[in-house]
Amino acid sequence: MSIALERDVRPVHRYFAGQKTRFVQEWREILQSGHLLYNLVHRDLTVRYKRSVLGAAWTLLHPLLLTGILVLVFSHIFRFDIEHYEVYLLAGLLPWTFFAQTTVSSMAATAWNGPLMKRVRVPKSIFTLSTAISGVINLVISYVPLVLIMLLRGVPFRPAMLFLPVSIAILAVFTFGLSLALSTVSIYFVDVREMFAVALTAVMYLTPIIWPLKIVPPKFQVVVRANPMYYLIEMVRIPIHAGILPSGTLLSVGIALALTALLVGWLAFRRMSAGFYPHL
Amino acid sequence: MSSVICRDISVSYPAQKAPSLKEWALRRNTGLKPFRALDGVSLSLEPGEAFGIIGGNGAGKSTLLRVIAGIIPPSEGEVITRGVLAPIIELGTGFDGELSGRENILFNGSLLGRSRAFMRRCEEEIIDFSGIADFIDAPLRTYSTGMIARLAFAIATTVEAEIVLLDEVLAVGDAAFREKCEERIRRFHETGATIMLVSHDLTSVREVCERAAWIDHGRMITIGDANEVVDAYERGLHALPPPAVVHV
Repeated sequence: MSIALERDVRPVHRYFAGQKTRFVQEWREILQSGHLLYNLVHRDLTVRYKRSVLGAAWTLLHPLLLTGILVLVFSHIFRFDIEHYEVYLLAGLLPWTFFAQTTVSSMAATAWNGPLMKRVRVPKSIFTLSTAISGVINLVISYVPLVLIMLLRGVPFRPAMLFLPVSIAILAVFTFGLSLALSTVSIYFVDVREMFAVALTAVMYLTPIIWPLKIVPPKFQVVVRANPMYYLIEMVRIPIHAGILPSGTLLSVGIALALTALLVGWLAFRRMSAGFYPHL
Repeated sequence: MSSVICRDISVSYPAQKAPSLKEWALRRNTGLKPFRALDGVSLSLEPGEAFGIIGGNGAGKSTLLRVIAGIIPPSEGEVITRGVLAPIIELGTGFDGELSGRENILFNGSLLGRSRAFMRRCEEEIIDFSGIADFIDAPLRTYSTGMIARLAFAIATTVEAEIVLLDEVLAVGDAAFREKCEERIRRFHETGATIMLVSHDLTSVREVCERAAWIDHGRMITIGDANEVVDAYERGLHALPPPAVVHV
């Protein structure tokens, strides 16, 4: 009798036909899978270099070497009239690399972990989230070589740089939202991965990263300003290279883009994630 | 209160998956019929019960287990589970070849919802049970299939659970290890966990389970006492027309 009166503390799960993934539910499951999230990020950051001799030093070496090559090409062969070109370049290239790597790897991570999703119940957006988190960590680490270059070239450090975490957060939310949409859709249509990789290269050259905005004649600048990546990259670059805070326009466009990407990503995920199973 | 309740569960898949945009566009209007992996299955399990599921390949046994684990959403019907669930659906899920055996213990534990601290406490027991102490710090890609299976089973069964879903996991390992596995399952049983066992090994279904269900083409054929269901299944197998013998 006493057994029957005891409160049932067993966790209850209910799955029924037509069940929609709810935002609160998904985040609760992600929080409950905190250990898994930690392990996924931890694995991302360590496994990547496990078999290489230089190990994690590659996180620092990669941007340095890339900048070396680009500086060689663009300040000696094609000349841009811009002060501290190497700082301008790296300050824009780092957030771009974060954006490009995170979007591409989140599609790969979601597809790669398909076998896992077939065998254990995990919140399916966790792979996109963990990729974005390890991307942010890599981005922060990769600022170390930039600081070194600034010290070497005598570029002043301005208080505006303290705004950087806010800029990075906005870029990260945008990247996460877009990655969620891309990784969801690419489970159904693998072609999206190839199409996006090509688009990424095109957008990189259309965004003022290796070239300055001022080389574009004023009447064509509207084309550059139609590109969302212009705002997101400029927002992260300007506190470092120009030493000033991003303008109100830059910030509000950036925030609007981030929220739109998050909404689109979530809606795509909500609509399509329940049907993943036969496609994994 | 029952630990597992399935009410009229059906699972249908689209007839063909569309691997590319082009094919998706072309197949859009072909109107192929969806494939029904499960068709109106209902059952209810009480705490402490060991339940077997038998049937031929592609009958829908694994699909049923995955629906209960919350991996496949049902197309019709509803599933309710009460209790901490451990799906042991294919050993070695989420193992990473680059990580060492020890690191994989922590990682795999988190897939089953266990903290790193909890897994650290169980670590020695897991290593001991799997019997691969000498290789535990080597990367998993250097392990043999048998070693991976041992480690996986040790991890999966060390965690405490109230509902254990086992899918064909007794088929791995040598005779001695298998003995240890059955011992573990019995221990789960003794602690009052609900066990659901999918197996082609009819003897172990008779030994471990009290009740069983025979599933064929997604439909439940019989449900009841394990021995009786297995008997019925065996009679059903022999009733099939014998395979044509080709005389040379």
